[in-house]
Amino acid sequence: MKIIVCLKQVPKNDSILRINDAGSWIQDRDLTYEINESDAYALEAALQLKEKHGGEVIALSLGPARVQSVIKEALARGADRGLHLEDTAFDQLDAFGAAATIAAAAEGDGFDLLLTGLQSDDHGYAQTGVIAAELLGLPHATIVMDLQTEDGGIKVKRELEAGFFQWVTMPVPAVFTIQSGINTLRYATLKGIMAAKKKEIKKLDAAALGLDAATLAPKQQIKRVYFPQKSKQTQMIEGTAAAAAATLVEKLKNEARVF
Amino acid sequence: MANGILVFIEHVEGQINRASYEAVRAAQLIGAQLNQETSAVILGQGVGSLAAEVAGKKLNRVYTVESGSLSSYTPDGYSIAFKQVIEQVQPALVLMAHTYEVRDFAPKLAASLQRALVGDCIGYKIEDGAGVFTRQIFQGKLSADVVPTGDTPHFVSFQIGSFRGDECEAGQAEVQALTVNLDADQVRQQPEARFKEAKAAVDLTQAPLIVAVGRGIKEQKNLEIVQKLAAAMGAEIAASRPICDNDWLPMDRQIGSSGQTVAPKLYLAVGISGAIQHLVGMKGSRTIVAINKDAEAPIFEIADYGIVGDLFEVVPALTAEIEKMKS
Repeated sequence: MKIIVCLKQVPKNDSILRINDAGSWIQDRDLTYEINESDAYALEAALQLKEKHGGEVIALSLGPARVQSVIKEALARGADRGLHLEDTAFDQLDAFGAAATIAAAAEGDGFDLLLTGLQSDDHGYAQTGVIAAELLGLPHATIVMDLQTEDGGIKVKRELEAGFFQWVTMPVPAVFTIQSGINTLRYATLKGIMAAKKKEIKKLDAAALGLDAATLAPKQQIKRVYFPQKSKQTQMIEGTAAAAAATLVEKLKNEARVF
Repeated sequence: MANGILVFIEHVEGQINRASYEAVRAAQLIGAQLNQETSAVILGQGVGSLAAEVAGKKLNRVYTVESGSLSSYTPDGYSIAFKQVIEQVQPALVLMAHTYEVRDFAPKLAASLQRALVGDCIGYKIEDGAGVFTRQIFQGKLSADVVPTGDTPHFVSFQIGSFRGDECEAGQAEVQALTVNLDADQVRQQPEARFKEAKAAVDLTQAPLIVAVGRGIKEQKNLEIVQKLAAAMGAEIAASRPICDNDWLPMDRQIGSSGQTVAPKLYLAVGISGAIQHLVGMKGSRTIVAINKDAEAPIFEIADYGIVGDLFEVVPALTAEIEKMKS
Protein backbone atom coordinates (compact mmCIF):
# COMPACT_ATOMS: atom_id res chain seq x y z
CA MET A 1 0.00 0.00 0.00
CA LYS A 2 1.37 3.39 -1.00
CA ILE A 3 0.41 6.14 1.43
CA ILE A 4 1.06 9.87 1.13
CA VAL A 5 0.76 11.75 4.44
CA CYS A 6 0.36 15.53 4.44
CA LEU A 7 2.21 17.20 7.30
CA LYS A 8 1.76 20.87 8.06
CA GLN A 9 4.30 22.81 10.04
CA VAL A 10 2.60 25.12 12.54
CA PRO A 11 3.83 27.41 15.34
CA LYS A 12 4.25 25.52 18.59
CA ASN A 13 1.07 25.23 20.57
CA ASP A 14 2.33 27.40 23.45
CA SER A 15 3.73 30.14 21.17
CA ILE A 16 3.15 33.73 22.17
CA LEU A 17 1.52 35.21 19.09
CA ARG A 18 2.00 38.76 17.90
CA ILE A 19 0.04 40.34 15.07
CA ASN A 20 2.05 41.70 12.12
CA ASP A 21 2.15 45.42 11.26
CA ALA A 22 -0.35 45.02 8.43
CA GLY A 23 -2.79 43.34 10.84
CA SER A 24 -3.16 40.53 8.31
CA TRP A 25 -1.44 37.60 10.03
CA ILE A 26 1.02 36.88 12.83
CA GLN A 27 4.65 37.93 12.99
CA ASP A 28 6.66 34.88 12.07
CA ARG A 29 9.93 36.12 13.57
CA ASP A 30 11.10 34.28 16.68
CA LEU A 31 8.56 31.48 16.35
CA THR A 32 9.41 27.84 16.83
CA TYR A 33 7.49 25.23 14.89
CA GLU A 34 6.21 21.71 15.19
CA ILE A 35 4.18 19.15 13.23
CA ASN A 36 0.48 19.96 13.34
CA GLU A 37 -0.99 17.71 16.03
CA SER A 38 -3.52 15.69 14.02
CA ASP A 39 -1.04 15.36 11.11
CA ALA A 40 1.35 13.57 13.48
CA TYR A 41 -1.41 11.03 14.17
CA ALA A 42 -2.01 10.67 10.42
CA LEU A 43 1.70 9.87 9.99
CA GLU A 44 1.56 7.29 12.77
CA ALA A 45 -1.54 5.70 11.20
CA ALA A 46 0.33 5.48 7.88
CA LEU A 47 3.41 3.92 9.49
CA GLN A 48 1.26 1.33 11.27
CA LEU A 49 -0.57 0.43 8.02
CA LYS A 50 2.79 -0.03 6.31
CA GLU A 51 4.04 -2.27 9.12
CA LYS A 52 0.93 -4.41 8.75
CA HIS A 53 0.53 -4.56 4.98
CA GLY A 54 3.87 -3.43 3.54
CA GLY A 55 4.26 -0.64 1.03
CA GLU A 56 5.60 2.87 1.18
CA VAL A 57 4.97 5.99 3.26
CA ILE A 58 5.69 9.36 1.67
CA ALA A 59 5.83 12.48 3.84
CA LEU A 60 4.56 15.57 2.04
CA SER A 61 4.87 19.11 3.32
CA LEU A 62 3.94 22.41 1.72
CA GLY A 63 5.76 25.55 2.75
CA PRO A 64 9.07 27.42 2.87
CA ALA A 65 12.50 25.85 3.50
CA ARG A 66 11.83 25.50 7.24
CA VAL A 67 9.18 22.79 6.65
CA GLN A 68 11.98 20.40 5.66
CA SER A 69 12.45 19.80 9.38
CA VAL A 70 8.94 18.32 9.48
CA ILE A 71 9.72 16.02 6.56
CA LYS A 72 13.02 14.98 8.16
CA GLU A 73 11.23 14.20 11.42
CA ALA A 74 8.77 12.00 9.50
CA LEU A 75 11.63 10.24 7.69
CA ALA A 76 13.32 9.62 11.03
CA ARG A 77 10.11 8.09 12.39
CA GLY A 78 9.99 5.70 9.44
CA ALA A 79 8.59 7.39 6.34
CA ASP A 80 10.41 6.26 3.19
CA ARG A 81 10.83 9.51 1.32
CA GLY A 82 9.72 13.11 1.25
CA LEU A 83 7.95 15.55 -1.04
CA HIS A 84 8.59 19.23 -0.35
CA LEU A 85 6.27 21.62 -2.19
CA GLU A 86 7.98 24.99 -2.17
CA ASP A 87 7.42 28.12 -4.21
CA THR A 88 6.89 31.80 -3.38
CA ALA A 89 3.61 31.34 -5.28
CA PHE A 90 2.52 29.10 -2.37
CA ASP A 91 3.01 31.80 0.29
CA GLN A 92 -0.60 33.00 0.60
CA LEU A 93 -2.62 29.91 -0.21
CA ASP A 94 -6.08 29.37 1.24
CA ALA A 95 -7.49 25.88 1.80
CA PHE A 96 -8.44 25.50 -1.86
CA GLY A 97 -5.01 26.55 -3.13
CA ALA A 98 -3.21 24.30 -0.65
CA ALA A 99 -5.47 21.40 -1.59
CA ALA A 100 -4.91 22.02 -5.31
CA THR A 101 -1.14 22.01 -4.77
CA ILE A 102 -1.20 18.86 -2.67
CA ALA A 103 -3.57 17.17 -5.14
CA ALA A 104 -1.24 17.93 -8.05
CA ALA A 105 1.77 16.51 -6.21
CA ALA A 106 -0.10 13.44 -4.98
CA GLU A 107 -1.51 12.71 -8.43
CA GLY A 108 1.94 13.00 -9.95
CA ASP A 109 3.39 10.50 -7.48
CA GLY A 110 0.40 8.15 -7.32
CA PHE A 111 -0.98 6.58 -4.14
CA ASP A 112 -3.53 4.26 -2.57
CA LEU A 113 -4.24 6.46 0.46
CA LEU A 114 -3.79 10.18 0.98
CA LEU A 115 -3.93 11.09 4.68
CA THR A 116 -4.12 14.46 6.41
CA GLY A 117 -4.87 15.55 9.95
CA LEU A 118 -8.44 16.66 10.45
CA GLN A 119 -7.60 20.33 11.01
CA SER A 120 -4.56 22.57 11.28
CA ASP A 121 -3.81 24.34 14.53
CA ASP A 122 -3.13 27.67 12.79
CA HIS A 123 -5.72 28.40 10.07
CA GLY A 124 -8.02 25.66 11.26
CA TYR A 125 -9.79 25.30 7.92
CA ALA A 126 -10.48 21.57 8.36
CA GLN A 127 -10.97 21.40 4.60
CA THR A 128 -7.70 20.68 2.80
CA GLY A 129 -8.04 16.89 2.62
CA VAL A 130 -11.68 17.03 1.56
CA ILE A 131 -11.02 19.57 -1.20
CA ALA A 132 -8.05 17.51 -2.42
CA ALA A 133 -10.33 14.47 -2.65
CA GLU A 134 -12.83 16.41 -4.76
CA LEU A 135 -10.11 17.77 -7.06
CA LEU A 136 -8.69 14.26 -7.46
CA GLY A 137 -12.15 12.77 -8.07
CA LEU A 138 -11.69 10.38 -5.14
CA PRO A 139 -13.92 9.28 -2.25
CA HIS A 140 -13.08 10.51 1.23
CA ALA A 141 -14.05 10.38 4.88
CA THR A 142 -13.29 12.84 7.69
CA ILE A 143 -12.52 12.58 11.42
CA VAL A 144 -11.28 9.03 11.02
CA MET A 145 -10.51 7.00 14.17
CA ASP A 146 -9.51 3.64 12.65
CA LEU A 147 -8.64 2.19 9.23
CA GLN A 148 -8.99 -1.44 8.14
CA THR A 149 -8.22 -2.82 4.71
CA GLU A 150 -10.94 -4.75 2.90
CA ASP A 151 -10.97 -6.56 -0.43
CA GLY A 152 -10.60 -3.83 -3.04
CA GLY A 153 -11.23 -1.09 -0.55
CA ILE A 154 -10.89 0.26 2.92
CA LYS A 155 -13.18 0.52 5.92
CA VAL A 156 -12.82 3.47 8.27
CA LYS A 157 -14.38 4.36 11.58
CA ARG A 158 -15.67 7.92 11.60
CA GLU A 159 -16.30 9.93 14.74
CA LEU A 160 -19.74 11.52 14.68
CA GLU A 161 -21.23 13.97 17.16
CA ALA A 162 -22.76 13.16 20.52
CA GLY A 163 -20.65 10.03 21.13
CA PHE A 164 -21.66 8.20 17.95
CA PHE A 165 -19.35 6.43 15.51
CA GLN A 166 -19.87 4.88 12.11
CA TRP A 167 -17.97 2.46 9.89
CA VAL A 168 -17.86 3.47 6.23
CA THR A 169 -16.43 1.37 3.40
CA MET A 170 -15.17 2.77 0.11
CA PRO A 171 -12.85 1.86 -2.76
CA VAL A 172 -9.22 2.98 -2.91
CA PRO A 173 -7.56 5.27 -3.80
CA ALA A 174 -9.21 7.40 -1.13
CA VAL A 175 -8.51 10.41 1.08
CA PHE A 176 -8.94 10.44 4.86
CA THR A 177 -8.60 13.12 7.51
CA ILE A 178 -7.36 11.67 10.80
CA GLN A 179 -8.49 12.55 14.33
CA SER A 180 -5.92 13.30 17.04
CA GLY A 181 -5.32 10.69 19.72
CA ILE A 182 -6.25 7.59 17.66
CA ASN A 183 -2.89 5.88 18.16
CA THR A 184 0.27 6.28 20.21
CA LEU A 185 2.88 8.41 18.51
CA ARG A 186 6.37 6.97 18.16
CA TYR A 187 9.54 8.94 18.66
CA ALA A 188 12.37 8.94 16.18
CA THR A 189 15.15 6.59 17.26
CA LEU A 190 18.82 7.41 16.79
CA LYS A 191 18.91 4.71 14.13
CA GLY A 192 15.91 6.30 12.45
CA ILE A 193 17.54 9.71 12.49
CA MET A 194 20.70 8.28 10.90
CA ALA A 195 18.69 6.36 8.28
CA ALA A 196 16.71 9.50 7.43
CA LYS A 197 19.84 11.26 6.22
CA LYS A 198 20.00 8.87 3.26
CA LYS A 199 16.34 9.24 2.33
CA GLU A 200 15.27 11.33 -0.64
CA ILE A 201 13.38 14.61 -0.31
CA LYS A 202 12.08 15.69 -3.70
CA LYS A 203 11.34 19.38 -4.18
CA LEU A 204 8.50 20.48 -6.43
CA ASP A 205 7.50 24.03 -7.38
CA ALA A 206 4.41 25.48 -9.08
CA ALA A 207 5.82 24.98 -12.57
CA ALA A 208 6.74 21.35 -11.90
CA LEU A 209 3.21 20.76 -10.59
CA GLY A 210 1.61 22.56 -13.54
CA LEU A 211 -0.16 25.05 -11.26
CA ASP A 212 -1.12 28.46 -12.64
CA ALA A 213 -1.89 31.69 -10.77
CA ALA A 214 -5.65 31.33 -11.33
CA THR A 215 -5.74 27.95 -9.55
CA LEU A 216 -3.75 29.29 -6.61
CA ALA A 217 -5.62 32.62 -6.25
CA PRO A 218 -7.34 32.72 -2.85
CA LYS A 219 -11.10 32.26 -2.81
CA GLN A 220 -11.30 33.68 0.69
CA GLN A 221 -9.26 36.54 2.06
CA ILE A 222 -8.39 37.58 5.58
CA LYS A 223 -9.24 41.28 5.95
CA ARG A 224 -7.82 41.63 9.43
CA VAL A 225 -6.54 39.64 12.37
CA TYR A 226 -7.05 40.72 15.97
CA PHE A 227 -7.21 39.49 19.52
CA PRO A 228 -10.74 38.42 20.45
CA GLN A 229 -12.72 41.06 22.27
CA LYS A 230 -14.15 40.11 25.59
CA SER A 231 -17.80 39.69 24.79
CA LYS A 232 -19.26 39.55 28.25
CA GLN A 233 -19.40 41.61 31.41
CA THR A 234 -18.77 39.24 34.26
CA GLN A 235 -20.60 39.92 37.51
CA MET A 236 -18.30 38.82 40.31
CA ILE A 237 -20.24 37.69 43.35
CA GLU A 238 -18.56 38.39 46.67
CA GLY A 239 -19.17 37.25 50.20
CA THR A 240 -18.99 34.04 52.19
CA ALA A 241 -19.69 30.77 50.41
CA ALA A 242 -23.25 30.71 51.75
CA ALA A 243 -23.95 34.35 50.89
CA ALA A 244 -22.42 34.02 47.42
CA ALA A 245 -24.45 30.86 46.77
CA ALA A 246 -27.67 32.60 47.79
CA THR A 247 -26.92 35.62 45.61
CA LEU A 248 -26.05 33.39 42.65
CA VAL A 249 -29.29 31.39 42.89
CA GLU A 250 -31.30 34.59 43.15
CA LYS A 251 -29.58 36.03 40.04
CA LEU A 252 -29.95 32.79 38.06
CA LYS A 253 -33.64 32.76 38.91
CA ASN A 254 -34.60 36.40 38.46
CA GLU A 255 -31.95 37.87 36.16
CA ALA A 256 -30.78 35.05 33.91
CA ARG A 257 -34.09 33.16 34.28
CA VAL A 258 -32.54 29.74 34.02
CA PHE A 259 -34.62 28.25 36.84
CA MET B 1 -28.73 36.24 -11.23
CA ALA B 2 -27.84 34.62 -7.95
CA ASN B 3 -29.94 35.86 -5.10
CA GLY B 4 -31.04 34.95 -1.61
CA ILE B 5 -29.74 32.88 1.27
CA LEU B 6 -30.09 29.10 1.38
CA VAL B 7 -29.75 27.25 4.70
CA PHE B 8 -28.80 23.59 4.92
CA ILE B 9 -30.99 21.62 7.35
CA GLU B 10 -29.31 18.56 8.85
CA HIS B 11 -31.21 15.65 10.34
CA VAL B 12 -30.57 12.19 11.64
CA GLU B 13 -33.03 9.48 12.64
CA GLY B 14 -36.04 11.72 12.05
CA GLN B 15 -34.75 14.59 14.17
CA ILE B 16 -33.54 17.95 12.93
CA ASN B 17 -30.13 18.86 14.31
CA ARG B 18 -30.77 21.81 16.61
CA ALA B 19 -27.67 23.52 15.24
CA SER B 20 -29.49 23.88 11.91
CA TYR B 21 -31.90 26.32 13.57
CA GLU B 22 -28.92 28.42 14.58
CA ALA B 23 -28.06 28.62 10.88
CA VAL B 24 -31.70 29.52 10.12
CA ARG B 25 -31.46 32.31 12.71
CA ALA B 26 -28.23 33.55 11.12
CA ALA B 27 -29.97 33.57 7.73
CA GLN B 28 -32.94 35.52 9.13
CA LEU B 29 -30.62 38.16 10.60
CA ILE B 30 -28.33 38.47 7.58
CA GLY B 31 -31.27 38.27 5.17
CA ALA B 32 -33.04 41.14 6.93
CA GLN B 33 -29.91 43.29 6.87
CA LEU B 34 -29.04 42.59 3.24
CA ASN B 35 -32.68 42.51 2.11
CA GLN B 36 -32.33 38.96 0.81
CA GLU B 37 -34.89 36.18 0.67
CA THR B 38 -34.12 33.20 2.90
CA SER B 39 -34.84 29.58 2.14
CA ALA B 40 -33.87 26.22 3.55
CA VAL B 41 -33.18 22.82 2.01
CA ILE B 42 -33.56 19.31 3.41
CA LEU B 43 -32.04 16.30 1.65
CA GLY B 44 -33.12 12.75 2.43
CA GLN B 45 -35.90 10.26 2.04
CA GLY B 46 -39.30 10.77 3.62
CA VAL B 47 -38.46 14.23 4.94
CA GLY B 48 -41.98 15.71 4.54
CA SER B 49 -42.67 16.06 8.25
CA LEU B 50 -39.24 17.58 8.88
CA ALA B 51 -39.87 20.09 6.08
CA ALA B 52 -43.20 20.96 7.69
CA GLU B 53 -41.40 21.62 10.98
CA VAL B 54 -38.86 23.92 9.33
CA ALA B 55 -41.66 25.63 7.38
CA GLY B 56 -42.92 26.92 10.72
CA LYS B 57 -39.97 29.31 10.76
CA LYS B 58 -39.90 32.63 8.98
CA LEU B 59 -38.47 31.60 5.61
CA ASN B 60 -39.59 32.19 2.06
CA ARG B 61 -39.37 28.56 1.04
CA VAL B 62 -38.33 25.16 2.28
CA TYR B 63 -37.00 22.92 -0.47
CA THR B 64 -37.05 19.16 -0.17
CA VAL B 65 -34.97 16.71 -2.17
CA GLU B 66 -36.03 13.07 -1.89
CA SER B 67 -33.97 10.15 -3.14
CA GLY B 68 -33.29 6.60 -2.04
CA SER B 69 -29.59 7.40 -2.41
CA LEU B 70 -30.00 10.10 0.25
CA SER B 71 -31.64 7.85 2.85
CA SER B 72 -28.33 7.71 4.73
CA TYR B 73 -25.91 10.61 4.73
CA THR B 74 -22.84 10.21 2.50
CA PRO B 75 -20.54 13.01 1.35
CA ASP B 76 -20.88 11.86 -2.28
CA GLY B 77 -24.68 11.72 -2.25
CA TYR B 78 -25.10 15.01 -0.41
CA SER B 79 -22.57 16.89 -2.55
CA ILE B 80 -24.02 15.68 -5.85
CA ALA B 81 -27.60 16.46 -4.82
CA PHE B 82 -26.80 19.79 -3.14
CA LYS B 83 -24.85 20.99 -6.19
CA GLN B 84 -27.95 20.50 -8.32
CA VAL B 85 -30.07 22.31 -5.71
CA ILE B 86 -27.70 25.27 -5.96
CA GLU B 87 -27.91 25.24 -9.75
CA GLN B 88 -31.72 25.31 -9.54
CA VAL B 89 -32.17 27.77 -6.65
CA GLN B 90 -29.20 30.04 -7.51
CA PRO B 91 -28.55 31.40 -4.01
CA ALA B 92 -25.97 34.10 -3.37
CA LEU B 93 -25.09 32.71 0.06
CA VAL B 94 -25.31 29.19 1.49
CA LEU B 95 -25.31 28.97 5.29
CA MET B 96 -24.73 25.87 7.40
CA ALA B 97 -24.03 24.92 10.98
CA HIS B 98 -20.42 23.77 11.34
CA THR B 99 -21.28 20.22 12.39
CA TYR B 100 -19.23 17.09 11.76
CA GLU B 101 -21.52 16.27 8.82
CA VAL B 102 -21.04 19.71 7.27
CA ARG B 103 -17.28 19.45 7.79
CA ASP B 104 -17.48 16.16 5.91
CA PHE B 105 -19.24 17.33 2.73
CA ALA B 106 -19.33 21.15 2.53
CA PRO B 107 -15.68 21.64 1.47
CA LYS B 108 -16.25 19.07 -1.31
CA LEU B 109 -19.47 20.76 -2.41
CA ALA B 110 -17.88 24.22 -2.48
CA ALA B 111 -14.78 22.90 -4.31
CA SER B 112 -16.98 21.17 -6.91
CA LEU B 113 -18.29 24.66 -7.76
CA GLN B 114 -14.78 26.18 -7.57
CA ARG B 115 -15.80 28.14 -4.47
CA ALA B 116 -14.46 28.57 -0.97
CA LEU B 117 -16.18 27.57 2.24
CA VAL B 118 -15.59 30.13 4.97
CA GLY B 119 -15.86 27.60 7.76
CA ASP B 120 -16.39 27.55 11.51
CA CYS B 121 -17.34 31.23 11.78
CA ILE B 122 -18.48 32.74 15.07
CA GLY B 123 -20.19 35.87 13.74
CA TYR B 124 -20.56 38.28 10.87
CA LYS B 125 -20.44 41.96 10.04
CA ILE B 126 -21.87 43.83 7.10
CA GLU B 127 -19.22 45.99 5.45
CA ASP B 128 -19.88 47.84 2.19
CA GLY B 129 -23.12 45.94 1.75
CA ALA B 130 -21.48 42.52 1.94
CA GLY B 131 -20.97 39.91 4.62
CA VAL B 132 -17.65 39.68 6.44
CA PHE B 133 -17.30 36.55 8.55
CA THR B 134 -15.32 36.15 11.74
CA ARG B 135 -13.35 32.94 12.23
CA GLN B 136 -11.16 31.85 15.08
CA ILE B 137 -7.58 31.03 14.16
CA PHE B 138 -4.78 29.55 16.23
CA GLN B 139 -7.35 27.58 18.22
CA GLY B 140 -9.21 30.68 19.35
CA LYS B 141 -6.18 32.71 20.38
CA LEU B 142 -6.86 35.13 17.51
CA SER B 143 -9.84 36.13 15.41
CA ALA B 144 -9.81 36.80 11.67
CA ASP B 145 -12.37 38.70 9.61
CA VAL B 146 -12.69 36.86 6.32
CA VAL B 147 -14.41 37.69 3.04
CA PRO B 148 -15.29 35.13 0.40
CA THR B 149 -13.97 36.41 -2.92
CA GLY B 150 -15.07 35.83 -6.48
CA ASP B 151 -18.48 34.90 -7.83
CA THR B 152 -21.42 33.76 -5.74
CA PRO B 153 -22.64 31.51 -4.30
CA HIS B 154 -20.51 31.91 -1.22
CA PHE B 155 -20.47 29.22 1.45
CA VAL B 156 -20.29 29.95 5.17
CA SER B 157 -20.59 27.64 8.17
CA PHE B 158 -21.14 28.87 11.73
CA GLN B 159 -19.71 27.29 14.86
CA ILE B 160 -22.34 25.76 17.13
CA GLY B 161 -23.58 28.30 19.66
CA SER B 162 -22.83 31.34 17.49
CA PHE B 163 -26.55 32.10 17.05
CA ARG B 164 -29.61 31.40 19.13
CA GLY B 165 -31.75 28.76 17.42
CA ASP B 166 -34.56 29.43 19.89
CA GLU B 167 -34.75 33.02 18.65
CA CYS B 168 -35.82 31.98 15.15
CA GLU B 169 -38.79 34.03 14.06
CA ALA B 170 -41.87 31.93 13.34
CA GLY B 171 -43.59 32.06 9.99
CA GLN B 172 -45.22 30.03 7.28
CA ALA B 173 -42.91 28.95 4.50
CA GLU B 174 -43.96 27.32 1.28
CA VAL B 175 -42.61 23.77 0.85
CA GLN B 176 -41.34 22.96 -2.62
CA ALA B 177 -39.99 19.63 -3.85
CA LEU B 178 -36.95 19.69 -6.13
CA THR B 179 -35.79 16.85 -8.35
CA VAL B 180 -32.15 15.88 -8.75
CA ASN B 181 -30.37 13.22 -10.78
CA LEU B 182 -28.52 10.93 -8.41
CA ASP B 183 -27.71 7.32 -9.20
CA ALA B 184 -26.82 4.88 -6.45
CA ASP B 185 -23.53 4.02 -8.18
CA GLN B 186 -22.37 7.65 -7.92
CA VAL B 187 -22.18 7.19 -4.14
CA ARG B 188 -18.88 5.50 -3.33
CA GLN B 189 -19.17 5.46 0.47
CA GLN B 190 -21.14 2.62 2.06
CA PRO B 191 -22.04 3.68 5.59
CA GLU B 192 -23.03 1.21 8.30
CA ALA B 193 -25.38 1.96 11.18
CA ARG B 194 -24.31 4.60 13.70
CA PHE B 195 -23.31 3.22 17.07
CA LYS B 196 -22.14 4.33 20.48
CA GLU B 197 -19.02 2.91 22.02
CA ALA B 198 -19.74 3.36 25.68
CA LYS B 199 -22.87 2.04 27.26
CA ALA B 200 -25.39 4.73 28.26
CA ALA B 201 -23.43 7.36 26.36
CA VAL B 202 -25.05 10.70 26.93
CA ASP B 203 -25.86 13.42 24.42
CA LEU B 204 -24.90 16.53 26.34
CA THR B 205 -25.81 18.76 23.40
CA GLN B 206 -29.47 18.33 24.29
CA ALA B 207 -29.11 19.10 28.02
CA PRO B 208 -30.56 22.45 29.13
CA LEU B 209 -28.49 22.56 32.33
CA ILE B 210 -24.88 21.38 32.68
CA VAL B 211 -22.60 21.29 35.70
CA ALA B 212 -19.01 20.77 34.53
CA VAL B 213 -16.07 19.89 36.69
CA GLY B 214 -12.34 20.38 36.12
CA ARG B 215 -8.95 19.82 37.60
CA GLY B 216 -9.80 21.94 40.66
CA ILE B 217 -11.73 18.99 42.10
CA LYS B 218 -8.32 17.41 42.85
CA GLU B 219 -9.44 13.82 43.56
CA GLN B 220 -12.00 11.43 42.15
CA LYS B 221 -13.74 10.98 45.50
CA ASN B 222 -14.42 14.72 45.62
CA LEU B 223 -16.66 14.41 42.54
CA GLU B 224 -19.50 13.53 44.89
CA ILE B 225 -20.14 17.15 45.88
CA VAL B 226 -20.45 18.14 42.22
CA GLN B 227 -22.72 15.18 41.50
CA LYS B 228 -24.95 16.28 44.37
CA LEU B 229 -25.15 19.78 42.95
CA ALA B 230 -26.04 18.44 39.50
CA ALA B 231 -28.70 16.19 41.01
CA ALA B 232 -30.22 19.08 42.96
CA MET B 233 -30.38 21.20 39.80
CA GLY B 234 -31.57 18.39 37.54
CA ALA B 235 -28.46 19.04 35.45
CA GLU B 236 -26.21 16.73 33.45
CA ILE B 237 -22.66 16.40 34.72
CA ALA B 238 -19.78 17.12 32.35
CA ALA B 239 -16.04 17.58 32.62
CA SER B 240 -12.91 19.07 31.13
CA ARG B 241 -10.39 16.80 29.47
CA PRO B 242 -8.08 16.00 32.44
CA ILE B 243 -11.01 14.51 34.39
CA CYS B 244 -11.86 12.15 31.53
CA ASP B 245 -8.22 11.34 30.75
CA ASN B 246 -7.94 10.17 34.37
CA ASP B 247 -11.09 8.05 33.90
CA TRP B 248 -12.79 9.85 36.78
CA LEU B 249 -15.72 10.39 34.43
CA PRO B 250 -16.37 8.62 31.10
CA MET B 251 -15.15 10.19 27.85
CA ASP B 252 -18.68 10.92 26.72
CA ARG B 253 -18.93 13.55 29.47
CA GLN B 254 -16.05 15.55 28.04
CA ILE B 255 -16.70 19.09 26.80
CA GLY B 256 -14.30 20.83 24.44
CA SER B 257 -12.52 20.49 21.15
CA SER B 258 -11.94 16.78 21.62
CA GLY B 259 -15.28 16.21 23.31
CA GLN B 260 -18.77 17.56 22.83
CA THR B 261 -19.75 21.11 21.94
CA VAL B 262 -22.68 22.35 23.95
CA ALA B 263 -24.78 25.49 24.26
CA PRO B 264 -27.12 24.90 27.21
CA LYS B 265 -29.26 27.43 29.05
CA LEU B 266 -26.87 27.23 31.98
CA TYR B 267 -23.27 26.04 32.11
CA LEU B 268 -21.85 25.98 35.59
CA ALA B 269 -18.08 25.44 35.56
CA VAL B 270 -16.59 24.18 38.80
CA GLY B 271 -12.80 24.21 39.18
CA ILE B 272 -12.27 24.69 35.43
CA SER B 273 -9.59 27.23 34.51
CA GLY B 274 -10.85 27.61 30.95
CA ALA B 275 -8.17 26.47 28.50
CA ILE B 276 -9.20 27.37 24.96
CA GLN B 277 -9.73 23.68 24.12
CA HIS B 278 -12.45 23.66 26.77
CA LEU B 279 -13.90 27.08 25.98
CA VAL B 280 -14.58 26.24 22.34
CA GLY B 281 -16.91 23.50 23.53
CA MET B 282 -19.10 25.63 25.80
CA LYS B 283 -18.73 29.34 25.18
CA GLY B 284 -22.01 29.44 23.26
CA SER B 285 -23.90 28.63 26.45
CA ARG B 286 -26.56 31.19 27.24
CA THR B 287 -25.53 31.74 30.86
CA ILE B 288 -22.11 30.76 32.16
CA VAL B 289 -21.23 30.56 35.85
CA ALA B 290 -17.65 29.98 36.98
CA ILE B 291 -16.51 28.94 40.41
CA ASN B 292 -12.74 28.97 40.73
CA LYS B 293 -10.16 29.88 43.34
CA ASP B 294 -7.98 31.72 40.81
CA ALA B 295 -9.42 35.17 40.00
CA GLU B 296 -7.20 35.31 36.88
CA ALA B 297 -8.55 32.07 35.40
CA PRO B 298 -9.59 32.60 31.73
CA ILE B 299 -12.99 31.03 32.44
CA PHE B 300 -13.98 34.31 34.12
CA GLU B 301 -13.47 36.14 30.82
CA ILE B 302 -16.48 34.43 29.31
CA ALA B 303 -18.53 33.93 32.48
CA ASP B 304 -21.70 35.91 33.18
CA TYR B 305 -21.40 35.25 36.91
CA GLY B 306 -18.23 34.44 38.78
CA ILE B 307 -17.44 33.35 42.30
CA VAL B 308 -13.80 33.43 43.32
CA GLY B 309 -13.55 30.98 46.17
CA ASP B 310 -12.96 27.50 47.46
CA LEU B 311 -15.19 25.15 45.50
CA PHE B 312 -15.27 22.75 48.44
CA GLU B 313 -17.19 25.45 50.36
CA VAL B 314 -19.13 27.11 47.55
CA VAL B 315 -20.48 23.96 45.85
CA PRO B 316 -22.16 22.47 48.97
CA ALA B 317 -23.56 25.91 49.83
CA LEU B 318 -24.97 26.19 46.32
CA THR B 319 -26.51 22.70 46.55
CA ALA B 320 -28.21 23.66 49.81
CA GLU B 321 -29.49 26.92 48.31
CA ILE B 322 -30.96 25.15 45.25
CA GLU B 323 -32.63 22.51 47.39
CA LYS B 324 -34.13 25.34 49.45
CA MET B 325 -35.42 27.05 46.29
CA LYS B 326 -36.96 23.84 44.97
CA SER B 327 -38.68 22.85 48.20
